[in-house]
Amino acid sequence: MSPVIDNLDLYWSGFLTSLEFIVYSLIGSMILGTVIAAFRVSPIAALRSFGSGYVTVVRNCPLTIVLFFMAFGLPELGINRSYFFFGIAGLVIYTSAFVCEALRSGINSVSAGQAEAARAIGLTFTQTMTQVVLPQAFRSAIPPLGSVQIAMFKNSAVAGAFGIGGDLYSVGKTLTSARGFEYIPVLTGVAIGYLIITLSAGLALGLLERKVAIAR
Amino acid sequence: MSDQSVLYDVPGPRAVRRHRIGTVVALLFIAGLVAIAIQRLASRGQFDSELWAPWVNPSDDSFSQVWELVGRGILNTILAAAMAILLSLVVGVVLGVARMMSGRLGKIPVVGFIELFRGLPVVITIVFVWRAMAELDVPVDVLPGEPALWYLVIGLTLYNSVIVAEILRAGVASLPRGQGEAGRAIGMTEGQVMRSILLPQAFRTMLPALISQLVVILKDTSLAAVIGLGYFELLRRGNQISQVLDNPIQSLFIVGTIFVVINYGLSRLAVYVERRLSTSSYSDPSPEVAEVTLDSESRNGGIRG
Repeated sequence: MSPVIDNLDLYWSGFLTSLEFIVYSLIGSMILGTVIAAFRVSPIAALRSFGSGYVTVVRNCPLTIVLFFMAFGLPELGINRSYFFFGIAGLVIYTSAFVCEALRSGINSVSAGQAEAARAIGLTFTQTMTQVVLPQAFRSAIPPLGSVQIAMFKNSAVAGAFGIGGDLYSVGKTLTSARGFEYIPVLTGVAIGYLIITLSAGLALGLLERKVAIAR
Repeated sequence: MSDQSVLYDVPGPRAVRRHRIGTVVALLFIAGLVAIAIQRLASRGQFDSELWAPWVNPSDDSFSQVWELVGRGILNTILAAAMAILLSLVVGVVLGVARMMSGRLGKIPVVGFIELFRGLPVVITIVFVWRAMAELDVPVDVLPGEPALWYLVIGLTLYNSVIVAEILRAGVASLPRGQGEAGRAIGMTEGQVMRSILLPQAFRTMLPALISQLVVILKDTSLAAVIGLGYFELLRRGNQISQVLDNPIQSLFIVGTIFVVINYGLSRLAVYVERRLSTSSYSDPSPEVAEVTLDSESRNGGIRG
């Protein structure tokens, strides 16, 4: 394990870079996913088809292809950014389709009677949404949303394998290929770094789920 | 509109008019996005026939070679995915049964294994398997097929067997308690209850979730192309072709379309099988519970890749 102990500072900075990458992707995918979900449940058929088309294509396409397209396709179109940026953009596009489905499943879990009751007592559309439907939808969307985001944390390693630079994956690469350390200890360190992120996120999600759980 | 009912009332004349205006705006918005994309692609010459010809024009010199390479890539992708799902099924059932049947203490290593490989990014697992087995001189070459295939398959299996074990557990948990109780009441051992009562029923409800998992595995085979593992599956072939022809957008478009078509077909199949199973006369009194559990399970796994 000495390659890990001796390079703890390198691992630490890789860990922080991975976290930074994850936080940006989290925010981005939540925003884009919410927009697509709003499209998918909107009363306007054109937006609904756009939303479901997006979800179908993105969900059935490997993340690797999305990332390859970002890294090699966009520069052909004259769009040049850092791989860090491309990585976030690719992960946001990919994850937002799953965020959309998680939110939609939350909305579908609210029974129609709730909204009917709200309308019956004279609440306006906005009131029905903000005070009756969406709070309940959000609560039941939390478990799937959490798993989607934890899966995204793991997928950040795929973007790392692409070379967003400086993250946990590339620390492993630097230590093994550039500095010639053995793979097993170095990769064990990388794996531990990711496990810290995913397992603690899993614990946090469990706590959150218990807090917002509703008995139906 | 049936799934809309919770959000909107049945539209009246004014709402219908609003929706019509909204439709026009939405169509303009979508058309605008498409126009920007097309304009951008066109201005960079991405519609030039020399970029597309090797893919779409049968009389092009490279056409047959390109599609032969891609065909071999598709076969390799399917081979790796099929091996991974079969192995995951075997290992996953063993893991799942071990978890459900072992006592408090015996459960610890199984749960540890499951949590470990569920928490690790699958790409890290594959790299680890590949590098560690090479470093320890594990004789992979005694197995039929190239070592790179086995590194990929073993890595995918470690991750997916854990998922299968969890799907199995959800399937068994969704069965009515009376099933196991009845078995025990007529004097079956725990093993017999599991083998002849719970597992057969759980397998039926698992089938759609397993097909969805196959979609995840198919997508994950393309990770080989990212980590530089020398296994020539579909994406790796596509990248190789795009480097020679210097047309990344076109090649990725074709390869992506192939993936989407295969996976979309499989997702439809999963939905169809799920519907078939839940309407069959066989289904137990609580098919809805089973569906919900399995659906959320497959969603958890569904994003991977």
